Amino acid sequence: MGRKLLLEHAHIEGIATYEVYRKHGGYRSVEKALKTMTPDEVVEEVKKSGLRGRGGAGFPTGMKWSFLAKPEGVPRYLLCNADESEPGTFKDRYLMEKIPHLLIEGMITSSYALGANTSYIYIRGEYSWIVKILEKAIAEAYSAGWLGKNILGKGYDLDLYVNPGAGAYICGEETALIESLEGKRGNPRVKPPFPAVKGLWQSPTVVNNVETITAVVPIVNDGGEEYAKIGIGKSTGTKLISACGNINKPGVYEIDLGLPVEEFIYSDEWCGGIKNGKKLKALVAGGSSVPILPHFLINKTANGEARLMSYESLADGGFATGTMLGSGGFIVYDEDQCIVRNTWNFTRFYHHESCGQCSPCREGTGWMEKVLWRLENGQGKISDIDLLADVAKKIEGNTICPLGDAAAWPVSAAIRHFREEFEWHVKEPKLCMERNYGLVRDMIGEIA
Amino acid sequence: MHAATQNGTPFKFSEAALDEVKGLMKKYPEGRGKSAILRALHIAQEENQGWLSVSAMDQVAEALGITPIEVYEVASFYSMYNLEPVGAYVLEFCHTGPCAAEGAEHIIEYTKLKLGIGKNQTTADGLFTIKEVECLGACGYAPMMQVGQYYHEHLTEAKIDQFIDDCKAGKIEKGSWKMS
Repeated sequence: MGRKLLLEHAHIEGIATYEVYRKHGGYRSVEKALKTMTPDEVVEEVKKSGLRGRGGAGFPTGMKWSFLAKPEGVPRYLLCNADESEPGTFKDRYLMEKIPHLLIEGMITSSYALGANTSYIYIRGEYSWIVKILEKAIAEAYSAGWLGKNILGKGYDLDLYVNPGAGAYICGEETALIESLEGKRGNPRVKPPFPAVKGLWQSPTVVNNVETITAVVPIVNDGGEEYAKIGIGKSTGTKLISACGNINKPGVYEIDLGLPVEEFIYSDEWCGGIKNGKKLKALVAGGSSVPILPHFLINKTANGEARLMSYESLADGGFATGTMLGSGGFIVYDEDQCIVRNTWNFTRFYHHESCGQCSPCREGTGWMEKVLWRLENGQGKISDIDLLADVAKKIEGNTICPLGDAAAWPVSAAIRHFREEFEWHVKEPKLCMERNYGLVRDMIGEIA
Repeated sequence: MHAATQNGTPFKFSEAALDEVKGLMKKYPEGRGKSAILRALHIAQEENQGWLSVSAMDQVAEALGITPIEVYEVASFYSMYNLEPVGAYVLEFCHTGPCAAEGAEHIIEYTKLKLGIGKNQTTADGLFTIKEVECLGACGYAPMMQVGQYYHEHLTEAKIDQFIDDCKAGKIEKGSWKMS
């Protein structure tokens, strides 16, 4: 079994309660940080660890923390992004359901490092039962003296609250999350100013993903250097991967970064191979926004090297032949899945979730959805394929927030790698309607 | 303002709910009580049979000390708020990629045919509403639906049959929109 830093105790009975969590070493990082370290020393350990944001962007956490402005007399805020809604991603849900105190502990240690005295966990509204789990854990932490005034007698005060959302993917974007937390529509803000300077209520703010914040616990306990020994290159530590799609063992797995993709898909320790003995057709490695990979670029990069579960290896080849680690939403497609239909499905998602501020995204996602729908239903023209690629290109980079890019990338990548399948939908409208993707199956047979 | 928004019968928060909303406002700094709006709307929706009438939104505005338009614009942005009446059991099916790859579309069609309604429609007996929603973070346990605060995962036709029978037999508490 792989090493477990976050999920080590996930299966212990009662671990969601304070007593059991504490008995298994819980809240040691708070003790260590408050009693033996200055806030800057905690930031330093996180920098040394090489931890990168686990929500999808992969930005170095320590660096993000060091950008936080610290003007005198102005409050600072730490916000936990628990608005997990990237299709294919369900790792934060697992963490919060199983070991809520790990997140609470991470929030306290991280808030101390940043000098925040009020912190919020912004969780998607649909996870309503987890709101209760977290609030119960927070109440326990208050009773035990880990939250509130003068924590551990060290003169540090912290209040922690849960703020549920109400159904909006866009609120996972950090400035939209801040707007939503201010009680408004989740419209992303124009940057700069960045949240580190003007965030929640115009105060300096850090927004970190759930998994990122929980990773601070082992980093403080064992030291940043120890953490950095795990993984490969600039992909340090462990990563939670939520595996789904047509595999034998879907679920949430904690892996050492650097694990070969092939091993992750086929080993019984992880995904257990493709369901029903079918062939692997495609992979979306890090949530719906990242470029899809065709089967021949999954286990090996274009250079013939083994593809690894790391930020660098998955991105090897750029968007031409690579993808991104993203959020860790790992979606596996077997030979029977239709790429055009899946691309239409994802595009419908982005169209639905576009906040509507920027024309390229608001209009472009709708146009792409319509064109994909007619292609999928055998009513498309060959020229539609280039039209799609053109719309995608014009959305990318032309919007306030990354949702536009996230909507464009899956479309561009699907056309790049599966153009024959799009053409097949135009040439074989009848077969297309019968949901017979035989041509694609034959192609896989030829290559394999 | 959402075209379908209806006035509904006059809404009034229960005393307990109003206390809860006032309590929520204390989680935010002085003068920032508007931040309690999302949760206040969830509470209003629960107390108004699962949907937000104009009257309910107006009461949220009053409780938070903000203008009604600030509530309308928020309520119409987020997908969990129903701006028209819903059935006693709201079946919210995930239809996004990973669920679709595992047969969500089939299960949704099956349920629609069984109940004789389309999406965003309610059965004549007022029991069931079907909604299709985007990714709910249950991709590994697909296909799935959310009914109130509960996730129903690894759905099959047989599980849908059983669930609907249980609802009709009164074995599952009505008011499944309750989130707290």
